[in-house]
Amino acid sequence: MDTTSILLQITPIPFLSIVIWGLLILAAMYLARKPFHRSVGALGRLVRNAMRLAAASVVQAEKRLETRNREVLLKAGLDHAERHLEREFDRISQAVNRDLESYPKLQRNLQETLIKLEEDYRSSTEIPQSLPDWVKVIEAIAKIKPNGDHMVANMLEEIHQTLAEQHKTALDRHRKDVAQRHGILSRMLPVWRGMHKTLEGLEKSISSLNLRAKRIDQYMDEYQETRRQTDTAYRTLSSSSLTQFFISGLVLLVAIGGAVINFNLIALPMSEMVGGASYIGPYKTSDVAGLVIICLEICTGLFLMESLRVTRLFPIIGSMDDRMRKNFFWIALGLLTILAGVESALAFMRDRIAADMEALRQTLAGVSPGSMATSIIPTVGQMVMGFILPFILTFVAIPLESFVASSRTVLGVVAAWSLRTVAFFLRLAGNLGFYLGRFLANLYDLLIFPALWLEGVVVRAMSRNNAKETEREQPPSVEDGQGYAPAAEGGKEVAE
Amino acid sequence: MKGGHKKLFAWILAVLMIWPACFACSDSKSHTKGVYLLLDTSGTYKVELKKARALINYLLGTLQPGDTLAVGRIDTGSFSEKDIVAKVTFDDRPSVANNQKRAFMQKIDKFIKSSARSRYTDISGGLLQAIEYLNEVGPGSKYILIFSDLQEELAEGYVRDVPFQLSGFHVVALNVTKLRSDIRDPKNYMRRVEQWRQKTEKGGGTWRVINDLERLDAIFKD
Repeated sequence: MDTTSILLQITPIPFLSIVIWGLLILAAMYLARKPFHRSVGALGRLVRNAMRLAAASVVQAEKRLETRNREVLLKAGLDHAERHLEREFDRISQAVNRDLESYPKLQRNLQETLIKLEEDYRSSTEIPQSLPDWVKVIEAIAKIKPNGDHMVANMLEEIHQTLAEQHKTALDRHRKDVAQRHGILSRMLPVWRGMHKTLEGLEKSISSLNLRAKRIDQYMDEYQETRRQTDTAYRTLSSSSLTQFFISGLVLLVAIGGAVINFNLIALPMSEMVGGASYIGPYKTSDVAGLVIICLEICTGLFLMESLRVTRLFPIIGSMDDRMRKNFFWIALGLLTILAGVESALAFMRDRIAADMEALRQTLAGVSPGSMATSIIPTVGQMVMGFILPFILTFVAIPLESFVASSRTVLGVVAAWSLRTVAFFLRLAGNLGFYLGRFLANLYDLLIFPALWLEGVVVRAMSRNNAKETEREQPPSVEDGQGYAPAAEGGKEVAE
Repeated sequence: MKGGHKKLFAWILAVLMIWPACFACSDSKSHTKGVYLLLDTSGTYKVELKKARALINYLLGTLQPGDTLAVGRIDTGSFSEKDIVAKVTFDDRPSVANNQKRAFMQKIDKFIKSSARSRYTDISGGLLQAIEYLNEVGPGSKYILIFSDLQEELAEGYVRDVPFQLSGFHVVALNVTKLRSDIRDPKNYMRRVEQWRQKTEKGGGTWRVINDLERLDAIFKD
């Protein structure tokens, strides 16, 4: 016999047993009502307060993180702006050195050119000698008509000849002078052109300097904005950081693709060097060796970029003195070239091994190996790729630096957002706990509503009796209403 | 930020260096395979040997440097080193391993052309020889392939009631042909296969039958 049957057999009629049990449970629940309400209310308040406390703590942590993020971002922005300014100053210094270092020479050239031009000008101002005045006299004599005198005619003939000769000589000299003058003037033309070109170059240099100065002004503005830690600067830096994160992430993904191809090029031939049967953990030693070579190439590439001051991942390299840095660069470049050479040789070996394997496979399949294609293009292609890929991987340093720098900001933003979400859910859980407690209390009351209804009826009857007794004991007065007050309060208390 | 970068990269480098070493310390399991193929040369099964060539070629194409392959003959008394037709542990270097595979293939060709029919079929002896050989070589996973109809016929005086120690072994019966008696009563065939399954599993090994030689890739599916 199970418990239910026993419970139903307290009277011969099961329905009556159910009713009795129901009444007993109702009575028990009515008696336990106030402690239940208190317990549930306390539990609800406990949950709400605990959650609110936790949420407040999380919000505080989020604010601290936000402040820290802001500080880090502004510091990074400041560094960035400083770097930009430094580079621009470097460039302007180089431009000034390049263009204005030769300024004295340029000035001397210009002066020399001007002197030359002046001399030429002076030379060209000398007017050619005009024809002599006596020519007019002789010309007048020559125009005298011969009157038949033979002697006069001869004389005049002589004069005419002399005059013609003199005229020719004078004209030749005049032409020569004019030609000389023209020669001087035409010699001046290239000098003028040269001067024009020099002045144009000067103008270009000056306008380039102007442009750089404007850019420096712009960077200076940004720098000052960042230094003032304004909201605009923060927003700009934040958005720029997010863009950097996604772009560098994308480029890194492409680089990972390149590294995978590189790995596939050298993994098989590495088994020829380190053996194809040994394992490091669950991975083939040859695979690990190939991976290590690629990692070494990437590391060497990082050092190379670092020594060129393109990236600043290792400040110690950037802060080396120039000679040592230059040596470091050449060492890194040498190592990278050696690694690229090794990889190229491995790519060649891979091609040979793959061809041998294919030949064996064909033999095993009963196909003559002679039918295999023997083009050298794939071999050369693999070798070139094996040589170039390490150098291409060198450039990974640039997106890597951006990624590392921007991921700090992005992670900070994500962490702040997560904390905010956690705080929201904590508050929500607190409120849910509190109102769930109230709901449970109301549900409890709903379950025992017959007892509560009965209590209400009894209380109302009792308060009516009390009121009547009070009326009988005291004469009616203006303050009658006060007599009902405790009953009403009591009723309220019960209802609660 | 600069200090942060430095620390991060120090960590990455440390992980890169320590990571393989950790694996090397934690896992010393051998990854090589050891395969011992038993070829039935008894009268009824001799004609099937040509198919074995395709099987051996498949194994040569599949096995990697460091793996071991041996081919043993099932004849009247198979529990003998003399019954090992060819054996090789492939070199670590793929190019050398390829040459070894070519030489192995030639040996097998010669054997298939010149092998004589045996009067009896001592499968148990061959199995014991295979267990002994593979235990001696000690590969990471051990496979015994039985290319036979599984009909054992022992000559008079040969005792083969030795329990097999097959723990860690995968026994694969290949091309288990049906005999005339099996066609008449398939229960014979089923009983024969079941008997070998029980023997193998009792010894601690796993049992599998592959009759379709186009499905040889199932041999190494553990």
